[in-house]
Amino acid sequence: MTTEMTLTQARAALAQRKISARELTTAHLAAIENAKVLNAFITLTAERALAMADASDARLKRGEGGLLEGAPLAIKDLFCTQGVRTTAGSKILDGFTPPYESTVSAKLWQAGAVMLGKANLDEFAMGSSNMTSAYGPVINPWKAKSGPAKGRDLVPGGSSGGSASAVAARLALGATGTDTGGSIRQPAAFCGITGIKPTYGRCSRWGIVAFASSLDQAGAFARTVEDTALLLRAMAGHDPKDSTSAAIPVPDYAAGLNGGVKGLRVGIPKEYRVDGMPEAIDKLWVKGAEWLKAGGAEIVEVSLPHTKYALPCYYIVAPAEASSNLARYDGVRFGLRVPADDLIGQYEATRAAGFGREVKRRILIGTYVLSAGYYDAYYLQAQKVRARIAEDFTKAYERCDVILTPTAPSAAFAIGDQLDDPIAMYLNDVFTVPASLAGLPGISVPAGLDAHGLPLGLQLLGRAFDETTVLRAAKALEDAAAFTHRPEPLP
Amino acid sequence: MSDNLIQGETGAWEVVIGMEVHAQVASKAKLFSGASTAFGAAPNSQVSLVDAAMPGMLPVINAECVRQAVLTGLGLKAAINLVSVFDRKNYFYPDLPSGYQISQYKQPIVGEGVLVLDLKDGGQRAIAIERLHLEQDAGKSLHDQHPSKTYIDLNRAGAALMEIVSKPDLRSGEEAAAYLEKMRSILRYIGSCDGNMQEGSMRADVNVSVRKPGGPLGTRCEIKNVNSLRFVRQAVEYEARRQIELLEGGGTVTQETRLFDSGAGTTRTMRSKEEAHDYRYFPDPDLLPLELDAAWVEKLKAGLPELPDEKKQRFVGDYGLSAYDAGVLVAERATADFFETVVDPKGKKRDPKQAANWVLSELFGRLHKDGKDIAQSPVSAENLGGLLDLLADATLSGRLAKDVFAAMFDSRRPAADIVAERGLKQVTDTGALSAAVEQVLAANPTQVAQYRAGQTKVIGFLVGQVMKATSGKANPQAVNALLHKALG
Repeated sequence: MTTEMTLTQARAALAQRKISARELTTAHLAAIENAKVLNAFITLTAERALAMADASDARLKRGEGGLLEGAPLAIKDLFCTQGVRTTAGSKILDGFTPPYESTVSAKLWQAGAVMLGKANLDEFAMGSSNMTSAYGPVINPWKAKSGPAKGRDLVPGGSSGGSASAVAARLALGATGTDTGGSIRQPAAFCGITGIKPTYGRCSRWGIVAFASSLDQAGAFARTVEDTALLLRAMAGHDPKDSTSAAIPVPDYAAGLNGGVKGLRVGIPKEYRVDGMPEAIDKLWVKGAEWLKAGGAEIVEVSLPHTKYALPCYYIVAPAEASSNLARYDGVRFGLRVPADDLIGQYEATRAAGFGREVKRRILIGTYVLSAGYYDAYYLQAQKVRARIAEDFTKAYERCDVILTPTAPSAAFAIGDQLDDPIAMYLNDVFTVPASLAGLPGISVPAGLDAHGLPLGLQLLGRAFDETTVLRAAKALEDAAAFTHRPEPLP
Repeated sequence: MSDNLIQGETGAWEVVIGMEVHAQVASKAKLFSGASTAFGAAPNSQVSLVDAAMPGMLPVINAECVRQAVLTGLGLKAAINLVSVFDRKNYFYPDLPSGYQISQYKQPIVGEGVLVLDLKDGGQRAIAIERLHLEQDAGKSLHDQHPSKTYIDLNRAGAALMEIVSKPDLRSGEEAAAYLEKMRSILRYIGSCDGNMQEGSMRADVNVSVRKPGGPLGTRCEIKNVNSLRFVRQAVEYEARRQIELLEGGGTVTQETRLFDSGAGTTRTMRSKEEAHDYRYFPDPDLLPLELDAAWVEKLKAGLPELPDEKKQRFVGDYGLSAYDAGVLVAERATADFFETVVDPKGKKRDPKQAANWVLSELFGRLHKDGKDIAQSPVSAENLGGLLDLLADATLSGRLAKDVFAAMFDSRRPAADIVAERGLKQVTDTGALSAAVEQVLAANPTQVAQYRAGQTKVIGFLVGQVMKATSGKANPQAVNALLHKALG
């Protein structure tokens, strides 16, 4: 079946005219139609997809075409897309159709990619299960073969749950995501695919609905490391419209991918051994280190002593920024408006109806930690902790080149679990948040299954703007793990 | 400062004033977007996606606004901070689309400086500047367009403002107004703000408190958005009186924000301290700290124009003008330039005092009468210089010169043209004047007799008669000499 191809395979087939972009797109649209139960998409753009595919075919016929010519992708519905409804998974953006295209998605279209539709996500990217979307939960295509979750629908992780689920279920060759505290890496692990969050500043944030500006970073999902490298190359680059984007050239990530890990120093942070972590994850982590060692890498223990403060720090910084970023959703200029007798009434009614529970919770936390009398104890303190966490990594990278950790402390859980306990939910990000706070690149690679047949991911972190090394190590890990498992196809 | 004390029932009170001047930066585009800042455009026609705070939009600093702020800081002899930070000031209001104003809180671009106040008695006083920071303006809420709805115009939203904060060094409404006027003068010299208070390009928040002379500072009230020199004076005077009456009546001043009612000349409560916003300032994560290159700042400093204080000093020193005249001439750069063009066209130096007199009395008088400013003067500096030359070489008498000036003002033509056309050239030729003198003596025997009887003052009358007979063209000195000679 056509949708089984990887992006790299599809590129070859397209270039050799073995398949047309239209056929490839049509096959994916059919797969999406058949997988509606997953609720991976909020908006489908079938007509636009076919038009884009035809344009790709015309270019391919002329022997032209960009890096991703004809490749059908899912776009997280946090990226503003010109003329296509953009929801951020929230009711408050009801009816909002941006008159502009995000820089990252524009770069993808410039490279020839085809937009299948807008992928579901946690509301404003706030969540680790995709349960907070106003457009309903996304379902993970994987099913537990045993254990308490057997027979139940599983979460795909979050916040980029729709993107991860779509790529895992072969509904798209790849997808965009955004990662603020783990929103690409954790769902990639839960769905048994690869997901990369590049260095903060590598991809432009222009046109991406903001959650926490100092942490938000666009990245990519695909089913192989090589595909992920291709997508990232097309997405990345300096953008003068984003003052925090870095004016650093984007390397050809795929070029050195097979260089191996001989001589590479792989750090194992001792603080990442958390209580109550399933044995399967611990074992996989050890195995991952062994694989890399067998490839010629040197394994070194490193210390990231402030790791335990990362989650509390993150849950101050991110809500603080969010409380301010989300102030613009006031019912005045776009999106939902719930009229009331006076101005304050309209604000209250609009925001009460438009935001979901988790978003409200974070706005309240963020408002609190920035308030007079609390700012120093919370926000300022968190900034200091954040600087320490970044220092931890700087010191660790004196002794190693990449850091290997599990991606998440558990496999995918059943829909409805953990929902009543925000703290338990926040713990999903325990391994991904520190690198987010430090702005460092990270990738999750599917590396094994747990006892119930659910995928587990390993995370590789790197130095700032050294995605090349991260991807090279990830490729070695991918080759060694030889992860060929996949979810059962939908009936 | 005893002059500034206000007498109350319990004795003298001192008024203490600090000013926050908001000056719109003279830039074509806004502080963080490319939208135009031109005044008077149709509502919401100058609004970028960033200004409207559309989802995913990001601010990018406008380098021109930074340059203007640094120049202004240098003009105020202030410390330039090579690293400054933009913060978000959070509050909800419909004319603030993002729900926060990007401003500078803890680390402004400009630190402490000074502004020299020219006092009425000719003295000067240094007013300390605490800081200058860059921030976005808000949009405009229009409450008068619909009976129950408020309209929003975002044209101004995001325009760059400099907020310039003084220390509480001012002591009267007069001083507060003078401070604002001097600030406007400096901003205009630098070109960083057009200083147009009517269009809202410049406005002030005035902090007023009163105390017994030498006592501790009293509780202050902040009067928001005062937009003329006269209003500043009125607002301070009213507010000081109000506070004194309150205190003398046994009450206390409550710290609050007040509004100035320009119609009534009074201030009234806008919001109390309890209702004050908690702005939840924090560094804007969309913007990196603003870092300036020290060499670049030095270059700007070197290119700074001569500012009013230095210019005034030079006018007094080089031209021998009085401090008062020099002060008036330098208040506006255009006036100072005009004056200097009159005095010194390419090194051909004219009498500076005479030039100052003509600019300050004749030209200013006429401009004021016609409601024009110096830039609109029909008499160019070159032409006024030409007129002074005709005075200097005795072609024109002082009286004729005034007539010629009036004609120049009406026709925009050079003095020489008017003199030639009307045949107004002063007559100094004694032969030509003798006939007129003889006629006048023959026609006024009474006065001639009086003169000869010792009433020599009567000669003034006779000179006047000769001037009249020659339609003012006679050189008065020559006429005088001829009369003396004829009357023996």
